[in-house]
Amino acid sequence: MPETVLTPPDHIVPVVFTRDQLDWLAWIEPLAEAELTERHRTALIDAARAKSPYFRLLARDPDALEARTRTDKDIFYNPDAGLPRAERELAAAATSRANGCIYCASVHARFSATYSKRPEDVQRLLDQGVGADLGERWNAIVAAAAALTATPIGFGAAHVQRLRQAGLDDLAIADVIQAAAFFNWANRLMLSLGEPAATG
Amino acid sequence: MDVIDSLVGIAPGSALDAIRARRPDARTHAQASWRALFAPTEPGDVSAAERYAAAVFVVALHGEAATADFYRQGLAGTGAGSALCAAVETAAAEAAGQGPYGRYPAGPLSAEDSPGPSWQPGAVLQAALGPRLAAAFAHLHMLVFHPRDADLASLQSLLDAGWSTTGIVTLSQLAAFLAFQVRVVSGLRTLAAVS
Repeated sequence: MPETVLTPPDHIVPVVFTRDQLDWLAWIEPLAEAELTERHRTALIDAARAKSPYFRLLARDPDALEARTRTDKDIFYNPDAGLPRAERELAAAATSRANGCIYCASVHARFSATYSKRPEDVQRLLDQGVGADLGERWNAIVAAAAALTATPIGFGAAHVQRLRQAGLDDLAIADVIQAAAFFNWANRLMLSLGEPAATG
Repeated sequence: MDVIDSLVGIAPGSALDAIRARRPDARTHAQASWRALFAPTEPGDVSAAERYAAAVFVVALHGEAATADFYRQGLAGTGAGSALCAAVETAAAEAAGQGPYGRYPAGPLSAEDSPGPSWQPGAVLQAALGPRLAAAFAHLHMLVFHPRDADLASLQSLLDAGWSTTGIVTLSQLAAFLAFQVRVVSGLRTLAAVS
């Protein structure tokens, strides 16, 4: 019997980019918590993710999920030099803004605002988009993330030179590349397998 | 050398090799992601030919010629016939475009709507691709160029064409992973060229 899509419950559709906490509603059936095997739970990595419909949906392909998550964690959390965490999150938020992923942008704008202590600048990125003026260093990072997000890819030598002039070394530039590249992965999953909902 | 090293042309001991070594888990698990999607321990709900045909299409839509060649070789290696390989190339040429575009939910962001084409293979291509890949390619075009236009109807078309829910998760991971991989490859190649 062919499977069918889910009918999301009544919910408030977010119509702006926001740093508020949002829910995410799956469009196809996640695994039920009771169905999760040891392999699925290992693939979730964080036990708390068994509560998340997004991760329980991705757990249908556990090898792909586990490798995705371990890639994600190293790109964003590895503390060894390179780009500061706040700016890796800025690149993630800018990528999400450019692709139009309201859910991903909300999560990573919150992280960027928290780690940078520059919530007004992060909010300006959400409100005005990737052309917002955030000061040269952040402008260079946002422009690089947006160019990496274009298809075909628009990132070129001028972006590298601008990042270097803004004070980034090559490890930090590689972090910008990997952070923006990773959110081109994450945005596509979040946008196409379900939708955001306002909480409360 | 893993797939990304090989596609960028990163030699052991080079500056980029050292940079990738500073993010060792990302390096290991980008490769593990590739293996999970292109050399899975079990084929699951998506055949090898479907995986590589989707990859050639997605990477070609990104305009990444060298990376597309890598997946073309992979597609040939699955034993896919010349008719299917030709259909994938025809589809990629027809479906070419520029992203990201798309619409927002009605509201203040509507001012930023940048509508653009949805793409469906025509009857001849549909016949050459078969119903599963024909539905998949229409979905993949959206994922590559205008993911914010995603909707329930697109997933229902995949289900109607014989994709399982688990198969849709694998197909989505595959396309989304490739969106990552081509950007890492292109970005690191650019970085190396300006060093």
